[in-house]
Amino acid sequence: MQNDIIINDLHKNYSGEHALAGVSLSVPRGSLYGLIGADGAGKSTLLRICTTLIAADKGTALVCGFDAASDFQKIRNQIGYMPQKFSLYQDLSVRENMQFFADLFGVKPGERDERMKRLLEFSRLAPFVDRRARNLSGGMKQKLALSCTLIHTPKVLFLDEPTTGVDPVSRKEFWAILKDLRNQGITIVISTPYMDEAHLCDELLFLHRGKVVRQGNPGTLLAAYPYRIYRISSSCSTLTVPRGVSLPHGVALLYPEGGSIHAAISDRSVRDYGILSLVRPLLPHAESVVQVGPKIEDLFIHLLSQEENAQ
Amino acid sequence: MTFSIETSDLTKKFGPYTAVDHINVSVKQGEIFGFLGANGAGKTTAIRMLCGLLEPTSGSGHVAGFDIMKETSKIRSRIGYMSQKFSLYPDLVVRDNLKLYGSLYGLSRQTLDQRIDEMSAFLGLGGLFGRVTGALPWGWQQRLSLACANLHKPQILFLDEPTGSVDPVSRRNFWDLIQLLAEQGTTIFVTTHHMDEAEYCHRISIMISGTIAAIDSPQSLKQQYKCETLLDAFLAVVEGSDR
Repeated sequence: MQNDIIINDLHKNYSGEHALAGVSLSVPRGSLYGLIGADGAGKSTLLRICTTLIAADKGTALVCGFDAASDFQKIRNQIGYMPQKFSLYQDLSVRENMQFFADLFGVKPGERDERMKRLLEFSRLAPFVDRRARNLSGGMKQKLALSCTLIHTPKVLFLDEPTTGVDPVSRKEFWAILKDLRNQGITIVISTPYMDEAHLCDELLFLHRGKVVRQGNPGTLLAAYPYRIYRISSSCSTLTVPRGVSLPHGVALLYPEGGSIHAAISDRSVRDYGILSLVRPLLPHAESVVQVGPKIEDLFIHLLSQEENAQ
Repeated sequence: MTFSIETSDLTKKFGPYTAVDHINVSVKQGEIFGFLGANGAGKTTAIRMLCGLLEPTSGSGHVAGFDIMKETSKIRSRIGYMSQKFSLYPDLVVRDNLKLYGSLYGLSRQTLDQRIDEMSAFLGLGGLFGRVTGALPWGWQQRLSLACANLHKPQILFLDEPTGSVDPVSRRNFWDLIQLLAEQGTTIFVTTHHMDEAEYCHRISIMISGTIAAIDSPQSLKQQYKCETLLDAFLAVVEGSDR
């Protein structure tokens, strides 16, 4: 399998603080690769080095076979990058924004119109082609930014939290577009604070304080989740975890999740029917207990608490 | 009973376009109310009217007991506003941002000092007083922003997408603080695109092209639409309206 991105022992400091402290990874061609981690974990720094905007202090990053440190011009022709704050021109129309980015990337006028037509169709922005960017909804702006990023037909796409501030319906549409692109063979590296989106990736990298804590496909990562998770709920009220209490023996984690509470049980000898009595002292209104499979959100909470405790 | 926020057929038109179309919302004191909807559904326009920043075209509304048509300055002194686009001054140290906001809300020096102490203790900001705001991690700027919006003890706190790009753990910590404020009697009116956050609300409304398509507790909405998660219920409400 060919890798579009190969990163080896990457380091980056900002005024003495480690943003990246020895990150290695490889991204296979045509995969959808997700970066997750707490705020300040190093996700954006990693993307900025891959897109040749900043240089690493140490280590190497190869993108499409080129070295990010020396061959940055060649890399820039092969990639598309959508930073957290993508600069659309607010007083230009959808069409004008796309034309502008096409010119910027040196797309020939003959090819340009054909590509714009295809992207407008693809992003379903065609009916809004003359609307100014300022007057688009948040979801439409992000789709336009993605279209501008795709105008020069990049082989590898880097997206830094493209769906932040986007409503659930538009997020779903955006991800349908990403899946299509991936199926066309484009490699996509994306960071996201939404764990439901992490489930949609082929591979995930969990970063914490500039280090790789886990990497693998979502299924494998979840198979290695160490606890049993029980969803505890009440039919009459939303349960809340009391503040500043210590957890009973056998309960590794207790946290709110979708109106219920998740209890991560570390003690194998605790049986299903013993869970309710175990957590009742903390959750007096608890009524029902159901075992559920772990999700990436549960994994995230577990890994972060493990890393923080190790500090 | 008097409500913290109450609207009756509140409407805003921009030329021929109706951004907010006869909405009726009542929010009790101490309630956490989630004001949800797709991008462009009219949420921000509605909030701007409630905060007294935009005059309604028709209908009426009361916030903290005052008329949003006529008593906007009384409303503004009783509400707090925070959004993910913080209006903190990044070059100022934490203490100076707090002082600036307190002064803008007209607090006396003595009250301000006391409130700054109270808010720092509540949010755990004390150790950061001398730090430059712009250099703080995002999660701390968010807390500072919450502190600034709370200095004048607002009866109602408007949170407009307060947690844009925050990881799952920071988001839970932030909501723990919001729930504590609500328990102490502050009314919370919040917009968010994170459906897991919407689950923390006592009630939510879902807005579609200017109208309120659904309003209920998260649990009832999930039952009504036979969905396991609020995300699915939201998608059912919004996508159902397209057809």
